[in-house]
Amino acid sequence: MLIKLSGGKVYDPAHQIDGKVMDIYIRDGRIVSRPRDDETIDQTYNLNGKVVMAGAIDMHTHIGGGKVNIARMMLPEDHRADPNEHSDLCRSGCGHAAPSSFTTGYRYAEMGYTAAFEPALSPVNARQSHLEMGDTPIIDKGGYAMIGSDDYFLRMLTAKKDQNAINDYVAWIMHASQAIGIKVVNPGGISAFKFNQRALDLDEKNVHYQVTPREVLKALSRAVHELGVPHPLHVHANNLGVPGNMDTTLKTMGASEGYPLHLTHIQFHSYGTEGDRKFSSGAAQIAEAMNKNKHISADVGQILFNQTVTASGDNMRQFANSSLASPNKSVIMDIECDSGCGVVPFKYKDKNFVNALQWSIGLEIFLLCDDPWRTFLTTDHPNGAPFTSYPHLIRLLMDKSFRNDMFTKLNLDAQAMSTLNSIDREYSLYEIAIMTRAGAARLVGLHDRGHLGVGAGADITVYSDNPDREKMFEKPDYVFKDGELVVKDGQVVKVTWGHTHTVKPEFDRGIEKDIKQYFDTYHTMSMENFKVSSDEIAEGGRGGVVVQACEGRREKSL
Amino acid sequence: MANSSASTFEAVTCPACGLLCDDVRIERDSTDRLKVVDKGCAMSVTFFERAVQKTSPSIGGKAVSLTEAINKAADILRSTNQPLFAGLGTEVQGMRSVLSLADKVGAALDHMNADNSFRNTLVVQNSGWQVTTLTEVRNRVDLLLVIGSDIVSHNPRFFERNVWNKESMFDQDTSAREVVYLGGQNIDTSAGVSPKGVKPTVLPCDLESLPEVVAALRAIISGKTLIATEVAGIKVSDLESLSERLKAAKYSVVTWVSSDLNIAHAELTIQNITGLVIKLNAKTRSSGLPLGGSEGDSSVNQTSTWTSGYPVRSRFARKHPEYDPHHFSAAQLLNNGEADALVWISEFNPDKTPPNVNIPKIVIGHANMQGNDADVFIPVSTSGIDNTGTMFRIDSSVSLPLGKLRESALPSLGEVMAAIEAAL
Repeated sequence: MLIKLSGGKVYDPAHQIDGKVMDIYIRDGRIVSRPRDDETIDQTYNLNGKVVMAGAIDMHTHIGGGKVNIARMMLPEDHRADPNEHSDLCRSGCGHAAPSSFTTGYRYAEMGYTAAFEPALSPVNARQSHLEMGDTPIIDKGGYAMIGSDDYFLRMLTAKKDQNAINDYVAWIMHASQAIGIKVVNPGGISAFKFNQRALDLDEKNVHYQVTPREVLKALSRAVHELGVPHPLHVHANNLGVPGNMDTTLKTMGASEGYPLHLTHIQFHSYGTEGDRKFSSGAAQIAEAMNKNKHISADVGQILFNQTVTASGDNMRQFANSSLASPNKSVIMDIECDSGCGVVPFKYKDKNFVNALQWSIGLEIFLLCDDPWRTFLTTDHPNGAPFTSYPHLIRLLMDKSFRNDMFTKLNLDAQAMSTLNSIDREYSLYEIAIMTRAGAARLVGLHDRGHLGVGAGADITVYSDNPDREKMFEKPDYVFKDGELVVKDGQVVKVTWGHTHTVKPEFDRGIEKDIKQYFDTYHTMSMENFKVSSDEIAEGGRGGVVVQACEGRREKSL
Repeated sequence: MANSSASTFEAVTCPACGLLCDDVRIERDSTDRLKVVDKGCAMSVTFFERAVQKTSPSIGGKAVSLTEAINKAADILRSTNQPLFAGLGTEVQGMRSVLSLADKVGAALDHMNADNSFRNTLVVQNSGWQVTTLTEVRNRVDLLLVIGSDIVSHNPRFFERNVWNKESMFDQDTSAREVVYLGGQNIDTSAGVSPKGVKPTVLPCDLESLPEVVAALRAIISGKTLIATEVAGIKVSDLESLSERLKAAKYSVVTWVSSDLNIAHAELTIQNITGLVIKLNAKTRSSGLPLGGSEGDSSVNQTSTWTSGYPVRSRFARKHPEYDPHHFSAAQLLNNGEADALVWISEFNPDKTPPNVNIPKIVIGHANMQGNDADVFIPVSTSGIDNTGTMFRIDSSVSLPLGKLRESALPSLGEVMAAIEAAL
């Protein structure tokens, strides 16, 4: 089957293509070079005047795993307002803050997204994450294994184990949990909370292990780098949501001593303490530091006004925030001496000073960070807003007058504390394509996604060039997944199973002897059952595991 | 049944209760009989050593081929307006297939344990809670408060694996752990005796009085002064001293089994338990721990929740999932004449038989159920013995693969449901 996408305006930043009119050819799910004149083209789509990009990639979205399912379970009232009927093609479900898994897949695809990555895959809960993502159709997915508060790792730091041993353990975790990245949440803090510590700053010691977050960050960022894992250590920093946490964030940028770090939902970590209410925007300083520190990338974690639910591994901070829950309920968990979770429903309001300023801070960061290759478009779904609000967010970034209209509706005190309406920048389509495609694929390590070059998986989204960018991005004309037309005019027309992307860095399998003994002594499950097999992920004909290339284990750096 | 060679399986996962112990050793003889030889308990022995009777699919009690039975089941479902899928004794993979068929035919769903699990679910949906998991308990608990249950009737190895374990991560002297039983009469507290012989504190009361006792304990922990000197036969001073011990503990765990709280206001009692846990966390660490669980209840609810957005007691009649903890109970739907066919599912347990109904009845269950009175009976293999599967533990964060220990001529539940769906 040879398909021609004819005459679209192509935005493919991986190849510096910025709105050039060109043809794209697809054969057997892959983008191919222009065929010979004697080859028969089976199907041609006339895309004159249309905008063509690779399928979008959400590099940080909570779509599968224990805390997401708790969020679903505890919010029937939120689901009732957004039922999703079954059709001949699609399963029923429900949407809004924490949509059901099938609905998640359909709605991402209908927005032109073809991949989404669960950033807090707790290794002990990895099976559940993959089960849920396995029931999320069409899109590709993957997860970042969340460590850094797990007892085994913290013991290694306490015992001052050699970096090679830490690298082996990190690689083992990635294999066991079928992950494509490593994430750390409130480094060491989830564990500290279990020892009754209520805050942990970058250089504060966990009372039991006598280890600081800085040491955790350094060991893990170095491990990820030395293992050749493309995605830098994914960091949810300490002190999320705390006024003044911008200092922690700025210090965190230096904590890895040059090893790459990705700071996630940085909006929640960019708060100052100025003003009458001791809450202010740290966006300017954070963006300045981002612009200067090339080893740092960040996704924003924009908040948007409405009901949502916050779901995080950071049980320390979620416990502290549970008094703000709306509706007033929350689930806080300690999990298996491995991790934790906190689920707190939240309603962001534009007339609330703090919420309004959070909104402004997120946009300020987007607009003040120079490099879209290191800045990513997220709402930390569902923590800042459900992923279905991305088209609205894109319009805020691309349309200054729309943004300023919104700004004038905010709480007046928050307006007075923000520089947002003095920022003229408007994102271009090319920059949007960087943030949501080329940059995201490069950051996650998806070598054959996020671009339209020959050999890439044919994940392609076609839009009408509507000056109302919200309308444009919420309803693509066509979405192709691995070369198959899955969405037409914003509606699913074919349901496929996406792949699960992983990396499999090399490591010394001899370490399993010690890990097995550790599990037998302390855990309530065996080491073998901790591992998620590729067969489990592919169960029932679902999409299988794809192993993306690692750069190969690097020599120990020092 | 195919003759196979004898074999020994190490580290088998046992789905007989919510703990999912995965250290059980099982021997299989040359006739495919299984024997639990190490790390067993009464429940695992019953589960694994059950002799499976030879049985065949049947229609109205008359043996038929599997295809005939499946076609008949599809015929029945095709002609119904509001089928009810109940029992639902299965695991994740089975439930995936149940949900797919339910979505197609617009079924209502209820699990046989839902009355019990709703006592917990309603608390989560109303106020949330603060809870922990088994490995945390095993390594951290210093004071275990057991409310209204002996635990071991439901989870026989709970104390052995999670309280009196010899080694713990943080060098705790586990034999010095304290255990308190609160509520219930004549509870078997022997499992709470420490390896050194220290007996647990026991504060008995009638189960019916538990709501007021727990409310009083929460009030005391919250700093309220009680005028009463006694609550349901328990001295307030004893509750005060329990409160002090909980406040002094570094990581107390408060546990209950929802199926034992078969009392009016069970949810409010559990809400008071989780409320007192949250109060304790103002200063120290404490966690709730719901125990019990079986027949795949937590697996069914987890799978249903990610697939449809809701735990069971749900309905697909209006093309989209709906949820109602009360109206969609199997008993209600049957009593009100709101279901016009019943599909009863129980792959683990032949004793969990369907209710008597006067509507078409399809039974898909353990081979030993026979099911002569059903319009259609389809015996299925058992996950964890005859086929692989996936199951969630009662503490919800951990799920484990279930193994296949022998060949079975019977289809799995997933295969049967998919075949019915294809035959519609």
